[in-house]
Amino acid sequence: MKSVKYFAAAIVAAATIGGASISHAATLDDVRAAGALKCGINTGLPGFAYTDDSGNWTGFDAAFCRAVAAAVFGDGNKVQFVNLTGANRFPALASGEIDLLSRNTTWTFSRDVDLAFTFVGVNYYDGQGFIGRKSLGVKSAKELDGASVCIQTGTTTELNLADFFRVNNIKFEPVPIETNEEARVAYLADRCDVYTTDASGLAATKTTFENADAHMVFPEIISKEPLGPLVRQGDDQWADVARWTLNVLINAEEYGVTQANVAEMAKGTNNPEINRMLGSEGSLGEMLGLQKDWAANVIKAVGNYGEIFDRFLGPNTALALDRGQNALYTKGGLLYAPPMR
Amino acid sequence: MTTSPFFRQPNDMLPERAPPVAMSGIIGWLRANLFSGWLNTGLTLLALYALWLIIPGLLNWAFFDADFAGTDRFACTGTGACWAWFDQRIDQFLYGFYPDEQTWRVNLALFLILPALAPILFDKMPGAKQLRWFSLAFPFVATFLLIGGFGLEEVPTNKFGGFMLNVTVGLAGIVLSLPIGIVLALGRRSKMPIVRTLSVAFIEVFRGVPLITLLFVAAILLPIFLPSSFSLDLVVRVIVVVTAFASAYMAEVIRGGLQAIPRGQYEAAQALGLGYWRMMGLIILPQALKISIPGIVNTFIGLFKDTTLVIVIGLFDVLNIGRTMISNPDWLGLAVETQVFISLFFFVVCFSMSRYSVYLEQRLDTSKH
Repeated sequence: MKSVKYFAAAIVAAATIGGASISHAATLDDVRAAGALKCGINTGLPGFAYTDDSGNWTGFDAAFCRAVAAAVFGDGNKVQFVNLTGANRFPALASGEIDLLSRNTTWTFSRDVDLAFTFVGVNYYDGQGFIGRKSLGVKSAKELDGASVCIQTGTTTELNLADFFRVNNIKFEPVPIETNEEARVAYLADRCDVYTTDASGLAATKTTFENADAHMVFPEIISKEPLGPLVRQGDDQWADVARWTLNVLINAEEYGVTQANVAEMAKGTNNPEINRMLGSEGSLGEMLGLQKDWAANVIKAVGNYGEIFDRFLGPNTALALDRGQNALYTKGGLLYAPPMR
Repeated sequence: MTTSPFFRQPNDMLPERAPPVAMSGIIGWLRANLFSGWLNTGLTLLALYALWLIIPGLLNWAFFDADFAGTDRFACTGTGACWAWFDQRIDQFLYGFYPDEQTWRVNLALFLILPALAPILFDKMPGAKQLRWFSLAFPFVATFLLIGGFGLEEVPTNKFGGFMLNVTVGLAGIVLSLPIGIVLALGRRSKMPIVRTLSVAFIEVFRGVPLITLLFVAAILLPIFLPSSFSLDLVVRVIVVVTAFASAYMAEVIRGGLQAIPRGQYEAAQALGLGYWRMMGLIILPQALKISIPGIVNTFIGLFKDTTLVIVIGLFDVLNIGRTMISNPDWLGLAVETQVFISLFFFVVCFSMSRYSVYLEQRLDTSKH
C-alpha cells in the first residue's frame, strides 16, 4: 500500500505540473454552473460515510458536504457524492474531479504544502489508540512489553506504533493485516493481544463484539489525527466558503442555534453575533459571494456541529463516541471558531 | 470298462444368476468407487469424518441458529448468521444506487438477455435465425434501457452498482473480447509486418500489466491528461480497459487453437481455391475455436470475477456495496454473511458458464459420430 501512496503522490505532482488545463480560480462559479457540489467522501467508514437502507449517502463527512451545498445553493441535497479510496482521493481533488474533499483526511504538513491543498479547518480530532482484552491484566498501553499487535499495513498508524514503542523502550510483535475488518476478525480469533487504529474506529469495532465488556480501550492516544475537509490551493474564495461553513457549524452550537430554532432566530435576536451570522444584520453573506441567509440555510439543512455529531457519532448512535476533544472550548474541548463579524 | 464322456444336456443348464450383491447396485458402486482398497477406504472414512465435522456447523450457522428478521444487527441475537440485512439491502446488492422506480429497466434488460443469447448458444433452437437479429441489436437495446434518453428518464452511470454493474461490465467485456481476440490472434499470425507488430504490441502491453494498474490509469490518469471538456464516462472507461485486458488473453488462447490445426488443413483449403478470409472462416477458425473452448470459457470466467477489482477505483460493484453496508453502524461486522452471499452469486454464474462449455464441447465433439 505504501507504493500506492507514492504512486498517488506522483500523480498529484504530475497533475499539478501539467495542470494548465485545470482552472484554479472561481470554483464557486463552476459549482453554481454545474448545479451541484461534487464532494469526495469515503467508500465506507462507520459513522463518517455510509449508505442508509434506501441507498443515500450519510454520515459525519457526508453531512459537511451537505452543509457546503446548503451554503451555496440553499439546498443541502444538491450534492453529487464521489466515493474515493485512500489512493485516489488526492488525484481526484487535484484534477478537478471534485470541488471539496471531506474524507476523514488527516491534516499534515506535506499534504498541505507539498501536495498543494488547503485544509479549511479541523472537524474531528482523532488519534490512534489500542483495544485489548481485560483479561490481559494491563491497564495502560505502556505495559504492553512483548505484546503482539494487530496493525493495518501501509498506514500512518504503523509508523506511529513503531514510534510509540521506541519512545517507551518496549518491544512488540506486529501482526500485519490488510483491512479493518480482517483486523477485527484476527483480534477476536486471538491472533494478537491488542489491536490498534484510530480511536473512532476502535469504538466502531468494539460495538460489534459479542461481549464488549471483556475488552477495553486503553487510555493512551499515541498520535494526533486532526481530520478536516480540504480544497485545492489557489482559490481563496472557495476555501473561505468551505472554512466559514465549518465555522458556522461550530459557532451555531456555541450560540445555541439549532435546526429546530434557526427559522425563529433568523428573524432577529438580541445577540448581534447571531444576527450577523444568520443574516438579519450586516452583509457577511454578500462578502463571501453567497446569499444573505447562507448560514441559516446551512443550519436548516444539517443542524449545528453538536447536532451532527450526536446524529452520527454520539452516545445515542451505535458508535457511542464521547465528544472528548471534539467538544466546544467552553466545555473543555478544542473546537473554537473565529467570530462572525 | 468303458466310460462315456460327460455331456451337459440343454435342460441341465444352470439358470442365469444375478451378479453377487457386492458387485452390483449401490453396494457394488460403493465398493468399486469408495472402498476398493485399504487406502481408498481410509480416505473415504477420513472425508466422511471431515464432512461430519463441517456440515452440521455450517448448517447451524447458516440456517438453524441464524436470524432472518429485523431492521438492524441488534435484532440478531442468535449465535448463527445474521441475514436480517437481506430484506433491507437486497435492492442495493442487485441494482446499486439505481433509482427505485426505474429498476424495472434493469430487470427488463436482464430478461432480454435470454432471447438475445439463446439463438447464439443453442443454434438448433426453432426460430434461431430470426432471433439473431435481436441478438445483434441487444447491446444497443440494453444500453438504451440502462442509461435512458429518448423519453426514458436518464440515469447517470455513477448510479450503477451491485450485481448489475458486475454483469454489465462482465457481459460487455465477454461480448467484445471474443471478436477482438480473434482479430488479434489472426493479426499475430499474419505475414504482414505492421499488422503483426501492432497485434503483438497490443497483446504484450495489456497482458503484461496488472489489471488494477490499468484501472488506475483509466480512472485517475486519463482525466488529468485529457482536456476537461472531453470527459469519457468512468464506467465506459472501465469497460474499455477490461475488454482490452481480456482480449489480450483471448488472443493467446485462440492462437493456441490456431497452432493446433495441421498445416494440411490450410493447404487443402488453398487447394480448393479459397481466399484468406473464406479459408479462415470456413475451415480453420471453426476447428480452432472448438479446440479453444475450455480456454475461452476459462478467460470469460476469469474476466467476470475480475470485475470485482473496480472496487479499487471507488465503483460500487457488489463487493463494494457489501463493504459499504458493513460500515453502516446498524450493520457493522457482518462481513462473513455478505461475503458468503456474494460468493454464492459468483459461483452460480461461473458454474453455469462452465456447464455450458461442457455441453458445447460434447455437441461439437466429432470423434464420437
